[in-house]
Amino acid sequence: MYSRAYKALISAPPLLWVGLFLLLPYALMFAHSFFLVRDGSLVHHWNLQNYRALFTNPLYLQVFLRTARIAASVTLSSLLLGYPLAYYLSFHAGPRKQILYQLVIVPLWVSYLVRGYAWKTILGSDGVLNGFLQYLHLTHEPVSFFLYSPFAVVLMLTHIYTPFVFLPVYAALEHIPRPLVEASQDLGANRRVTFLRVILPLSIPGLLAGATFAFVLSLGDFLAPLLVGGPSATMIANIVQSLFGAAYDWPLGAAISVCILLITVSLLFTTERLEKRWSFK
Amino acid sequence: MSAGAISPQSETPPHSALLEVRGIAKSFGRVEVLKNISLQIAPGEFLTLLGESGSGKTTLLRLIAGFEQPTCGEIWMSNERLDMLPPYKRRVNTVFQNYALFPHLNVRENVAYGLRVKSTPKTEIGGRVEHALSMVKMISFADARPATLSGGQQQRIALARALINRPRLLLLDEPLSALDANLRKQMQSELKALQREIGIAFLFVTHDQDEAMALSDRIALLRNGALEQIDSPREIYSRPATAYTAEFIGQTNLLRGEIKDGVARCGALEWKTSEAGGTALFSLRPEAIRVAATVPQLPDAVCFRGVIRVQIYSGASELLEIAYGDNQILRARIPATGPLTGEHEFVFSAADAVPVTDRPAASGSPAG
Repeated sequence: MYSRAYKALISAPPLLWVGLFLLLPYALMFAHSFFLVRDGSLVHHWNLQNYRALFTNPLYLQVFLRTARIAASVTLSSLLLGYPLAYYLSFHAGPRKQILYQLVIVPLWVSYLVRGYAWKTILGSDGVLNGFLQYLHLTHEPVSFFLYSPFAVVLMLTHIYTPFVFLPVYAALEHIPRPLVEASQDLGANRRVTFLRVILPLSIPGLLAGATFAFVLSLGDFLAPLLVGGPSATMIANIVQSLFGAAYDWPLGAAISVCILLITVSLLFTTERLEKRWSFK
Repeated sequence: MSAGAISPQSETPPHSALLEVRGIAKSFGRVEVLKNISLQIAPGEFLTLLGESGSGKTTLLRLIAGFEQPTCGEIWMSNERLDMLPPYKRRVNTVFQNYALFPHLNVRENVAYGLRVKSTPKTEIGGRVEHALSMVKMISFADARPATLSGGQQQRIALARALINRPRLLLLDEPLSALDANLRKQMQSELKALQREIGIAFLFVTHDQDEAMALSDRIALLRNGALEQIDSPREIYSRPATAYTAEFIGQTNLLRGEIKDGVARCGALEWKTSEAGGTALFSLRPEAIRVAATVPQLPDAVCFRGVIRVQIYSGASELLEIAYGDNQILRARIPATGPLTGEHEFVFSAADAVPVTDRPAASGSPAG
């Protein structure tokens, strides 16, 4: 048995870390959301004006819905790319499995910003895509809607978050005992039925984890709209960023952050429960 | 495979065979796991594939189920070529070693799986599931999840899940190996009774020779991917064709000697034989050797004097190690008699010394 002093000593640094860098900022943010800015300075006067503004000004709801729509699109397209890839690797890649796995992982080591700028050079007016289309004489002048649109944001975020969907799905598929697949075929189910009745249900925890990653991370993203999104793809995090920056309205920014935090936490809570419901040992 | 290893009375006429394996070989990369296997299973037969680990018995089962493709050879069921069909089109079902029950389905759904995927009418499924579950005495567990069941219970569900599809042949891959000894014995007799009752042919894989003896109509002994001998338990025990068979199934004494002018000579022992001359190897089961004073005159009796070196008591019988002649050792199993020491006269019948071949394992790299 360890002494109380030893336990206290060993748990102090992490607790301190969590307190200092997690709980304290949250508390400050929460407190700020009830303050006000008047004549360019912060007024420590408790009130609900920020929240009232949030729910009455349609602009915020509009941006939030756009953000949710983009995050949902990213989640869906990451799933559509990541799940089949994980399925192929786990069940049919054979000896190529390891090398393909590494190829999926490698982009994660490249900076997010670099990947963002890469998409800019691909999608821009004088970018690779437009150059190619003009070379083929499919278009005569640069197509401008590739870049600076919600589409560009979805494309870039899908590229970035597909590995985040792939990894948990792949782990879930790898954990399915192969005799179960054989048992299903033995009992008369072909590949398709085996997938629908055995593999898919048993991979749902991984699928939920991956979808949660993609959705939550996209929901809070502000760099992709900044780099490739343009004004028509402004997301809620961009609003928060400008409120904390140029607009100098920390209380309103904090109020939005609190709302996003609540949404995210309840989402995580729900998916965790769903994952538990779908895991069998 | 030499024809001599298969005794003539065990061969079923081709037209009555349910399943026929013809010249099957299987290699994984450069490792040859099965070598030219041919055998037949009769309708309603309980055939056991017996062998050490790496003998290829599970691979042969998987070839018949369709989870592996043979490198060469054919598998036929009645008049249908089986080895070209995917597993889900074969009228065989498998009971897997670790049961492979679907963890996300309850017992009822597991058992119904085969009927569901074949779009059996719902009204029919319910009754057949009930029947299958009652057959394995698991009806009260219908709503349980597999993870909450014991090994023996999961075993029964796996059996019901396979049998509900009315396969023509049931494949069982060491289904009892994960159970503890008592439960294993109980499941053995239940399995045998069930097989008799439903009359479906069973192909049963095991490495346990006692289990094979207790359950089988015939035993196919595999050795390094080749068929060593296929025969009824009584035949294979009393007439082993090779030294390997004699030593693998039960215990035996192997006597090496010479046959000349109709007399076999193994060290200090000699007896009349009709075998051809030359060097020879005989298998003599321990229970064939008796203390001469305790038995009446045997036909073709071979007598010898020996000193008891070791006596091991095991309830109904005792095992003796007897030194005779030029310090050679024979093991004898005699009915329990109480402590014995010193020199005694021993006897066995010449008919019990079975000539066996000393064939080495079939050539080629042994399967891992």
